[in-house]
Amino acid sequence: MGTTSTTSAPAACWACNAALENSAVLCPVCSKVQPASGADYFQVFGLDRKLNLNTPELEREFHRLSRKLHPDRFARASAHEQEWSLANTALLNDAYRTLRDPLQRTEYLLKLTGLKIGEENAGSGKSPDRQPPADLLEEVFELNMQLEEMRMNQKMGEEDPILLRDLTQARTNFEGLLAGVDNDLAAEGAKWDAGNAEAKDKAANSMAMLLERRRYLRNLVRDVNEVLTTAVI
Amino acid sequence: MPEEQPKDRVVGIDLGTTNSLVAYMEGDTPVVIPGVDGSNLVPSIVALDVVDPNAESTKPTVTVGNAASRSLIENPERAIYSVKRLMGRGLEDVEEELKLFPFRLADDIQSGEVLRIRLGDLHFTPPEISAYILRQLKRNAERYFGAAVTKAVITVPAYFNDAQRQATRDAGRMAGLDVLRLVNEPTAAALAYGLDRAKEGYREGSTVAVYDLGGGTFDVSILKLNDGIFEVIATNGDTHLGGDDIDNLLLAVALDEIKSDFGVDLRPHADAIQALRKAVIEAKITLSSQPVATLDIELPNNQRYQREIPREVYEQLIQSVLERTAGPCKQALADAGVTPDQIEELVLVGGSTRIPAVRKLVDDLFQLSARGKKPHTELNPDEVVALGAAVQASILAGSSKTTDELLLLDVTPLSLGIEALGGVVARIIQRNSTIPASATEHFTTGVDGQTNVAIHVLQGERELAKDCRSLARFDLKGIPPMTAGLPRIEVKFLIDANGILQVTAREQRSGLEAAIEVKPTYGLTDEQVETMILDSFDNAETDFEARQLIEARLDAENILDKVAKAPASPAWQMISEAEIAAIDAAVAHLKAVAQGNDLAAIRTASTALDQATRNLAEKMMETAVSGAMRGKTMQTASDDLGEAVNAPHPFAPAEFK
Repeated sequence: MGTTSTTSAPAACWACNAALENSAVLCPVCSKVQPASGADYFQVFGLDRKLNLNTPELEREFHRLSRKLHPDRFARASAHEQEWSLANTALLNDAYRTLRDPLQRTEYLLKLTGLKIGEENAGSGKSPDRQPPADLLEEVFELNMQLEEMRMNQKMGEEDPILLRDLTQARTNFEGLLAGVDNDLAAEGAKWDAGNAEAKDKAANSMAMLLERRRYLRNLVRDVNEVLTTAVI
Repeated sequence: MPEEQPKDRVVGIDLGTTNSLVAYMEGDTPVVIPGVDGSNLVPSIVALDVVDPNAESTKPTVTVGNAASRSLIENPERAIYSVKRLMGRGLEDVEEELKLFPFRLADDIQSGEVLRIRLGDLHFTPPEISAYILRQLKRNAERYFGAAVTKAVITVPAYFNDAQRQATRDAGRMAGLDVLRLVNEPTAAALAYGLDRAKEGYREGSTVAVYDLGGGTFDVSILKLNDGIFEVIATNGDTHLGGDDIDNLLLAVALDEIKSDFGVDLRPHADAIQALRKAVIEAKITLSSQPVATLDIELPNNQRYQREIPREVYEQLIQSVLERTAGPCKQALADAGVTPDQIEELVLVGGSTRIPAVRKLVDDLFQLSARGKKPHTELNPDEVVALGAAVQASILAGSSKTTDELLLLDVTPLSLGIEALGGVVARIIQRNSTIPASATEHFTTGVDGQTNVAIHVLQGERELAKDCRSLARFDLKGIPPMTAGLPRIEVKFLIDANGILQVTAREQRSGLEAAIEVKPTYGLTDEQVETMILDSFDNAETDFEARQLIEARLDAENILDKVAKAPASPAWQMISEAEIAAIDAAVAHLKAVAQGNDLAAIRTASTALDQATRNLAEKMMETAVSGAMRGKTMQTASDDLGEAVNAPHPFAPAEFK
């Protein structure tokens, strides 16, 4: 992710000497694959850095580029071309996977702009020590109590219909909050796309906070789901 | 790399648990290449030949395929089947298998070591055994083309992990094959169907599911088809679930019944178990088309175990095995973000999908008949994977216009992660990511002056490292001594188009390429693979001789068989005592030399017997068929006779009236 390139791409195609964009993976003139460049995910697709993205268009472009870049097309090419095809196809695939998903796209763009996003490199492991967002302290506290009680009940084999109802309600509540965050993210994304440098900064900071909040809420919903799924069984 | 040569054929190989096949693209149609015996399927059975202790050459030779299947019963300690189950696995992975399969492992294997299998007094790794199968397929193709074959596409179960894939690639190398690509079996099947239906075409943008229940593995893949692009969206499976499990279940039931009804415990008798296994497999196959099958086995105490198996009983018995395929199907659908009713085409692959109960389960899972749909079974489920491999081979070779516009985009079946503090797994590439896929991670040191960093790479979906599959431990060495936390080591993980991991590392402050020492958890090192290739090159000559020897023995058996039947013929009365004595002597001589390893002697003795029976053969012809057919030998006379009594020659030209 976000490779810091130590080798710079050539300014000319190695095969036909045509002038190249710094980030070109293919020569626009002779279609030859180029050495791995430091292209970012937007550049791979020749896109401006924008959060609003036409995904069907992205898919078509992904298929078009795959046809040209994929290692299957280079089974009989030189070892160099095979290596570049592999590296560039990996980049293309990583880029497509990231950009087609609105959340990953946002996280990636924020990272490109230099903002540190919470869970980077921490994998999918839970971070139990994370502070809940200030406005949710009370609800989260109550939810955690209920979850604890529910787990205890399950261990003892007891049933508590009222608790079950409360938890189901809480889940609906938090899922609603999650949807709200997604709406806010979309709105801030639009501001980022349209705004000047100052507006972009502001939107980026709000999005970073929203992503943090979203991650927290998602983990909560996951915890509730875990407990509720066990309850059904 | 040499420029494209017309002779540079790339074949497609399905290296199966039960059967293996080789196919290639003939014009714009993939076809399976038959073996010497005319059969398309080469049973994945390898038997170490019995070598005469007095013979000069003591080098081991093996027999593969149908010819080896007899050894399973006659010399079970020298034969192995279903070796695919052991590919890329360690001792602790195979405990369950060992209870069910007659795999005899070397006694001194340590945990974490590559397995070694005992055949006779020798040891072989699973890739070596597989290499023998691949070499047989390579030979079949070479015989068919009359030219060397060195390049291949080999299929693997989609759910194979890195170690299993590497083991397969190693096997290819040992067999003298340049493995251009490992292709996932269900994807290959989709490709074969896609090509087959190119004229009508799958509907543009249609969603296809492939349900592949083979001899030893189960895969399910969901694909999207778009203008020649076969894009896998999600895959799931179980690399230890297949027809083998059904066989073992039936076998266990039969063994228990025999023990309780007759007081005979067959379990210690490897040969009896193999004979019984053969019988239950036949019963299983019968039950796919008949309502009832019968087991009829002679026990060592001359009693007979006779047992009727009605299909309902059979289906109840195997239900638990079949149901294990449901979970992976549901997971694949969920990962692909589609519901069962969104699957427009369903392809059935693998011999086990012939079982009616499997078809019913699939029909329920994907709501097929409820939606007025039928699964695709037009292509032979045993051959479709090999056909698809041939299509992929053609794509790579660029040898056919038909495949020019086709492209496979496959995924990695399992998430890739690294062990983080506390033994948890930090996932760096998610399962179902399109491959090639990459991830870059940064590492640093924890102690001042530290020059090594160890990275533990894992594959799997569990949260804890101990529950995932350990792929390898990488040791980053030669980090310049610096204050703790200062080095910045960039490690790039790349899963290539074969689904195999490559790792490179660089210390960014010094710009030094860090040396990586890889300890594959269950793999062979490059050096080990090299020696195994050399071994088989050393043996190439003896292998060839052994093959000729086997063929000569078969010829001898053939002619002895025919001569043995001759006294029943009226012609026998028409030849002289001296001739009979000469024939008897020739027979005795041939029988004697056929036991030995002298190829020339066997051939000479066969020819001598053929000559000695020349007159007899002519007389047999004369008595059986009107009109003299002179100059026939025993061999041909007998052949002609057989045809004369049975049916017209199958290749006789059609008669037009």
